[in-house]
Amino acid sequence: MPENTGRAYKFGDNVSTDLIAPGRLMHLRSNLPEMAKHVLEDADPEFPKKVKAGDFVVGGSNFGCGSSREHAPTIIKLAGVKAVLAKTFARIFFRNCINIGLPAIVCDTDGIADGDELSLDMAAGIVRNHTKAADVRFAPIPESMRKILEEGGLVAHIEKHKGLAIE
Amino acid sequence: MALTLSEKILSEHAGREVRAGELVVIPVDLVLTQDGTGPLAVRQVEKMAGRKAANPAGTVMFLDHAAPSPRMELSNDHKTIREFAEAVGAVLCDIEAGVCHQVINEKYVFPGAVLVGSDSHTCTGGALGAFATGMGSTDVAVAIAFGKTWFRVPETFRVKMTGRWPAGVFSKDFILHLIGMLGADGANYIALEFAGPALSRLNQSERFTIANMAIEAGAKVGVMPTDGVTKRYLEKAGRGDRFRVLKPDAGARYARKIDVDVSKLVPMIACPHTVDNVKPVTEVAGTPIHQVFMGSCTNGRLEDLEIFTKIVAGKQRHKRTRVIVTPASRDVYKAAVKKGLVEKLIDFGASINTPGCGACVGVHGGILGNGENCLATSNRNFKGRMGNPDAGIYLGSPASAAAAALAGEIADPRRHFMAGAGV
Ligand code: SF4
Repeated sequence: MPENTGRAYKFGDNVSTDLIAPGRLMHLRSNLPEMAKHVLEDADPEFPKKVKAGDFVVGGSNFGCGSSREHAPTIIKLAGVKAVLAKTFARIFFRNCINIGLPAIVCDTDGIADGDELSLDMAAGIVRNHTKAADVRFAPIPESMRKILEEGGLVAHIEKHKGLAIE
Repeated sequence: MALTLSEKILSEHAGREVRAGELVVIPVDLVLTQDGTGPLAVRQVEKMAGRKAANPAGTVMFLDHAAPSPRMELSNDHKTIREFAEAVGAVLCDIEAGVCHQVINEKYVFPGAVLVGSDSHTCTGGALGAFATGMGSTDVAVAIAFGKTWFRVPETFRVKMTGRWPAGVFSKDFILHLIGMLGADGANYIALEFAGPALSRLNQSERFTIANMAIEAGAKVGVMPTDGVTKRYLEKAGRGDRFRVLKPDAGARYARKIDVDVSKLVPMIACPHTVDNVKPVTEVAGTPIHQVFMGSCTNGRLEDLEIFTKIVAGKQRHKRTRVIVTPASRDVYKAAVKKGLVEKLIDFGASINTPGCGACVGVHGGILGNGENCLATSNRNFKGRMGNPDAGIYLGSPASAAAAALAGEIADPRRHFMAGAGV
């Protein structure tokens, strides 16, 4: 296996923010490292125990639907996940990912199975599936958003540019 | 050029004519945050700009998701928000005020406004002709600190509503039908713009229900033209001076046109675990219901409580089915007391909660047990939403909620609207 690969954790369509970061854990929202220990546990109780730095969360369509809670992508990132891949993302979740510096990649995830070893080439726009020896291409993230992503999120962007610099 | 409602409002704020697809950075009139997402927003504001709000009078901070607080961690989150609001001069709506979307529309939203909030149902404001949309904490922090945000001007689906409303069918049934038709992501990034004679016939409360659930089809906003109903609502709220006529231009460009004849609609139920899993009530009638939740920003208004109470008054709830009633705001609660609704609800066997979100978001005040079903008038039935991933949530109108509370199972509410039914 080449370096920098991570395991794919496959989820279905319509993974909601309630499934990622449920309201019953609202008391942990100011303690995100603790909340991250429960990330996606209502979808897969084993996931928070098994996920390792550099792994990938892979969904179907409408990933991250529902509540605007930014805690959802944040705890995915805190769990060490390198990127979320999905066929489509819910609008607010996608924007939150960019703002917190978690790559949200829109691509065809049908060919990716749970447990596949993946690596990500952002610049080339390719997800490499080493298990299947297949590449999945994705359209580049719009320029203004890539800038924010590369700078580490919106707060870092604003600190760097002393304000919103995406006009 | 002919503009959609969204293009019109965003053009006014951009100071130039903008069309779908363009990126704009515009000033926002109102920013909303709440206790679930607000503490993170506060920390982000402090990182970016220190303790500062660009427009404190237009920054409204709510303590509603855990009100009153059931845990010390949440009490500390409340402190974070109270202290920030005090320091920057923002408007604080403390635990007694009610659900953010109800209160912000009662007191602040106006036609043509741009409102952003760190809560996905901020889109409720579209019912007053505002461009109102939900965002994450960091986006809202930028809006609080700098008074502006960026948007991609959305494409618009025009939804024209025609026909007469059948007895026992409400705007909740219409919006559930539409979500079922579009799918949970069928309007992702899209502005839903409502129009037509069947919309004009709805009171303001029924209109809020529709705009509130635009997000459940993925939409960015669910916006409506303003009319006499809007005007009277604002006048009653003491804000008649904020009224203006707002309509899309004839010939505006729509990505899609959808027509719904409401006279063909029946009561609809969204079944577990997605909001677009919508079925006619007749198909799921008989499903046992252990809890009815009558409340939320979708259907917790006075008019909703009236519909529910009319059906159940003088009767007893089914012994299997506990009934949680949460008025959406303090004003709603007060009016419900004045009108005698609360007494009737208590006699019926309902538990009345402090205005707020608790049960809807699964924080407190109505958590479901394993294997239980709830019929809720709220807007989401995702797995785990009401505090237990091993429970089922069915969404329906206040009338469907009343019918279920009486029958102990999902039941067709139209039986309570037939001649001689007393409603
Ligand atoms: S009532 Fe429910 S949907 Fe509405 S703001 Fe509160 S938690 Fe969100």
